[in-house]
Amino acid sequence: MKPAPFEFVRPASLAEALEVLAANPDAKVLAGGQSLIPLLSMRLAAPGMLVDINGIGELSYVRSDREGVRVGALARHAEVEGDARAREVQPLLGLALRQVAHPTIRNRGTTVGSVVHADGSAEIPVVLALLNGRVAVASSSGRRDIAAADLFLGPMESSLKHDEIAVEAFFPAIEHDAGVAFDEVARRNGDYALCGVAAHVRVSGGRIVSVRTGYLSVCDVPTVVDLTAAFPDGVVTPAALDDAGDLAVAALDPVSDIHASAVYRCRLVRTLTRRVVVAAHEHAMSRVGAEVS
Amino acid sequence: MTEPLHDVRLSVNGVVHQVAVPARRLLSDALRHDLRLTGTHVGCEHGVCGSCTVLVDGRPMRSCLMLAVSASDYEITTVEGLADEDGSLGPVQQAFKECHGLQCGFCTPGFLTTITAGLEENPSPTAEEAREMIAGNLCRCTGYQNIVASVLRAAELKAPQP
Ligand SMILES: Cc1cc2nc3c(=O)[nH]c(=O)nc-3n(C[C@H](O)[C@H](O)[C@H](O)COP(=O)(O)OP(=O)(O)OC[C@H]3O[C@@H](n4cnc5c(N)ncnc54)[C@H](O)[C@@H]3O)c2cc1C
Ligand code: FES
Ligand code: FES
Repeated sequence: MKPAPFEFVRPASLAEALEVLAANPDAKVLAGGQSLIPLLSMRLAAPGMLVDINGIGELSYVRSDREGVRVGALARHAEVEGDARAREVQPLLGLALRQVAHPTIRNRGTTVGSVVHADGSAEIPVVLALLNGRVAVASSSGRRDIAAADLFLGPMESSLKHDEIAVEAFFPAIEHDAGVAFDEVARRNGDYALCGVAAHVRVSGGRIVSVRTGYLSVCDVPTVVDLTAAFPDGVVTPAALDDAGDLAVAALDPVSDIHASAVYRCRLVRTLTRRVVVAAHEHAMSRVGAEVS
Repeated sequence: MTEPLHDVRLSVNGVVHQVAVPARRLLSDALRHDLRLTGTHVGCEHGVCGSCTVLVDGRPMRSCLMLAVSASDYEITTVEGLADEDGSLGPVQQAFKECHGLQCGFCTPGFLTTITAGLEENPSPTAEEAREMIAGNLCRCTGYQNIVASVLRAAELKAPQP
């Protein structure tokens, strides 16, 4: 199908884009279009106006420093994935980006667009939530930061207001004593996952002090669970991993849909939780070991 | 109400065109209907099948997921632009012919553009990497085996002769 008619503007500056948005309550931002254009073509969305931000060069950047990775609104998934410094500062971002759709989609889709789109089946919102990241948003009346915890309200619903543009997503750097991992199960390479899990594990003196995991395609919104309680002795054992799976399933209450039953999702949650916690723990130990030697 | 038209510059296969299109014209439709470059095929029109893939500044992108009005700044290459100057088949096209990489041919334009870009990035892929390269394109006929073979053959054809 074809999109319904809409007005189209392509501002050259952020200020101009914000003005147009403020003046047109029926306008929508067009970034990479890899989610919005299918919605238009299927007529699941029919905004009166599109504000194409692809001409705003100032939003096209990936900057990394000791604090973390700052991704501008026009940085494509592929650019962020290919950024060596970003991979070093926060490896989880690159691990997850590799699972976002196919390379062809990643050449056009933006990482910030993925955050704002707030799809419960998307990888990047989970990464942002697990890392306690944030987005910087601008409107014609000023700027504000939204913490990941306050960002994802419901399925495909973020807390951005209609007249706001997300200008940057901030992914905090990996701590010196932390390890991360990402894994997912999808029916076909590049498909949305049936279940995906990101893990963040911290160690101290050779023992686990924190285990947190984030889940996609399990609940309506990206969901972070603290599994530290499953590792009271600070070590990874088969029993502790079983407990971690129990904790995760209890916290998540997986849903059935046409892609997978709730029972199958529970199994995926357990299996993937086990895998990513083991991998993130190994990653943390190797990083701490490298620091000591 | 008649729909307003936008004047759009489209640079395709090295030729600059000027078209007047409504804002909602997909790039795939602008190529096919306005420029009559019907080599680019349209299957699903929501990004899944890959048959509409074109090169945008050399990178593969879905033309069904871009608006023509957003495409002015780019150099676009369609399957029509993959042949050599004298009209003979480019290396990826030649490989598809030799290895029977197509049957009905519907999916082929998207594979050819995707593989052309893929071999720029990785000029000598393994069979596994060849599979990975084409994972975003669907083919209902071939079973993919001959397409993988075509990727490997195209890499050979493109390699500088010793
Ligand atoms: C075949 C296919 C498979 C895919 N598979 C996956 C997958 O496995 N995992 C995954 O995570 N994603 C997947 N995607 C989606 C892809 O990652 C999108 O790129 C991403 O979700 C949205 O980014 P975009 O730049 O394309 O945004 P757009 O499509 O341009 O916009 C999406 C929404 O966000 C809003 N928006 C975008 N940017 C901003 C901004 N800066 N400020 C305010 N609002 C904004 C728009 O108004 C719109 O409502 C897939 C897409 C396709 C077509
Ligand atoms: S027609 Fe564009 S991906 Fe199927
Ligand atoms: S050759 Fe027929 S769909 Fe691929």
